[in-house]
Amino acid sequence: MATYKIQKPGRTFGEQAYLPETVKGLAQTFARIYTNLLGPEEKQKTATVRYPDEVREYPERFRGVHRLTHREDGSSRCVACLCCSTACPAQCIYIEPAEYEEGDPQFGYERYPKVFMIDELRCIFCGYCVEACPVDAIRMDTGVHVPASHRREDFLFDKETLLSIPARDGSYVTANPRLEPGDPGHPGLDREHHKEH
Amino acid sequence: MDLWFILGAVLKMAFILGVALLFYAPVFVLFERRQSAFMQDRLGPYMGGIKMPAALMERLPTLQYGGFASAIGAALTALLAAVMIALGDASEPALFFLPFSWGTLFLLAAIGAPVQYVGAKVLPHLFYRDRLNIFGGLHALFDALKAFTKEDIIPPHADKFLYAIAPILAMIPAFSLGAVVPFGPDVHFDWLFDQLPEGGAISGPVAHLQVASLNIGILYIFALGGAGVISAAIAGYSSDNKFALLGGIRAASQMVSYEVTLGLSLVGCFMLFGTLRLEEMVAWQMDHAFLGILPGWGIFYQPLAFVLFFTASMAEYKRIPFDVPEGESEIVAGYFLEYSSGKWLMWMISEFLEIAVSSMVIATIFLGGWDVPGLTQSGWRAFGYRFDLSGTNWAFLSEIANSHLFVTLVSIVAFLAKAFVLGVLSLQVRWTLPRFRYDQIMQLCWKILLPLSLLNVLVTGVAILLFS
Repeated sequence: MATYKIQKPGRTFGEQAYLPETVKGLAQTFARIYTNLLGPEEKQKTATVRYPDEVREYPERFRGVHRLTHREDGSSRCVACLCCSTACPAQCIYIEPAEYEEGDPQFGYERYPKVFMIDELRCIFCGYCVEACPVDAIRMDTGVHVPASHRREDFLFDKETLLSIPARDGSYVTANPRLEPGDPGHPGLDREHHKEH
Repeated sequence: MDLWFILGAVLKMAFILGVALLFYAPVFVLFERRQSAFMQDRLGPYMGGIKMPAALMERLPTLQYGGFASAIGAALTALLAAVMIALGDASEPALFFLPFSWGTLFLLAAIGAPVQYVGAKVLPHLFYRDRLNIFGGLHALFDALKAFTKEDIIPPHADKFLYAIAPILAMIPAFSLGAVVPFGPDVHFDWLFDQLPEGGAISGPVAHLQVASLNIGILYIFALGGAGVISAAIAGYSSDNKFALLGGIRAASQMVSYEVTLGLSLVGCFMLFGTLRLEEMVAWQMDHAFLGILPGWGIFYQPLAFVLFFTASMAEYKRIPFDVPEGESEIVAGYFLEYSSGKWLMWMISEFLEIAVSSMVIATIFLGGWDVPGLTQSGWRAFGYRFDLSGTNWAFLSEIANSHLFVTLVSIVAFLAKAFVLGVLSLQVRWTLPRFRYDQIMQLCWKILLPLSLLNVLVTGVAILLFS
């Protein structure tokens, strides 16, 4: 049966004397400085990102500043159901719903937000509004954070501002389809307006 | 005491303080910041800078080609010379303003190559994007300016007089230590552009490049170095802060302990040099080549004393790894915890000045001061051969190189460079070693450094008895 003698960690005289170890440490740090300062590029280990000039890309699921997604005609997909403002734990979303005009295909079926405002200073970027939205109208996939400003008013993002922010890929729509009244599969406006197709 | 003496003393003081304040202190601050960053894989503070005009920044890449141009010029000259040699015309002193020889080519290449290297490697580092930042040095400067313009807070229950006077007391030793450090050989004004004789009396007025030539020179350094304890203790006492008080007490006990080792480790050097004057120590080191080959610097004769003194001076000036007085993981910032704005800046400046001046002292005692191997007072000389080209086309080169002025300048630069290397080394130690515990510091002082320095005295005494 083979036996192994495990060497207990102890200090040799050289280590105890401290001076040789100091020299070793100095050599180590000098070598590191040389590599990081003058050495070949691929060996440099400098981790610093020169922030305002170089920006590290955020991860894919980073919750950035909100955007309101568009319909095909460029208007907001929001139906002013107030789910997001209800879900919001910071109470930073303010929505004033309004009815479509009589004769509009959407009239009586859904509403639209006359005012849609998010206080980005109050927002905690939890993403509950995105989860709560039944029509995929609000998203946080912009990949940028709120731009800095000296004035509080600049952080009150109104509907136009939110509509003007594109997603990370530059698009204003989402991949989820939206069925307009009259489309096959559309559930109809209500029982009175329901049409057979 | 005539007018010239006073004027000379003022000029010498201005030089020493100027070098320490305007060169060593900022460069050491810069080194400290970026050195530590680079060894920790960071870039450090570097982005602050002065915005440069766009026109300059656009031309910057082309400036680097100036170096290329001179390298190409050297190559073209070589080609031209080859053609001239091939045509049998080589003896004519025809090339530009310089007499032609292979030496010319070598000289041009030797000038061109470093210029090109500097242009390509150093110039880009002076700038970051559109601003001049000088390797990040301007960032450090702006930090100092910012600190200076901050609010100067005095704690409500502090002893206002002692609190205000402590940083000033810290600056005094740092400033006045430079007084006895000789930073160059004697300057003989009548001989500036001539070669000095090998030995003997030299006529004409002379200036010693040392503010005060004291016969107790090194004791003066010990005395003033020991006075540093007063400022730290006063600062800790007057701040009305328990952490500061702890720091002040720690500083006092540590500095008093290491003062002993600091003095004893140099006793071997006194015995060897036979003097306490620093300029005579340098003269001794220039005269006594070690083993016939190496320069006779104190570090070769007294290696143990060098290590002991280097360590003890580090501890004496409370530098890492001996920085328990200000250990920020335990007592925040120690004795200067409550200081802010300009007063805090004075602590910082005195710390870096102490690094500079103690490096100068170590360079004087252990690295031969202004001594350059192969350089005597009458010019370059190595292994019995003089650098002498008189009688050839290149006589002017040796005339310049051996002239008193050039020799003096080279000596001064050599001294400053030695002190600089020592300062950088001590900063490197600062970022390499972790802080010692308080009992370890005391143990190191009383149980290791002190017996070793006594042993050094004994061995040196025996050696002097045996070999002289």
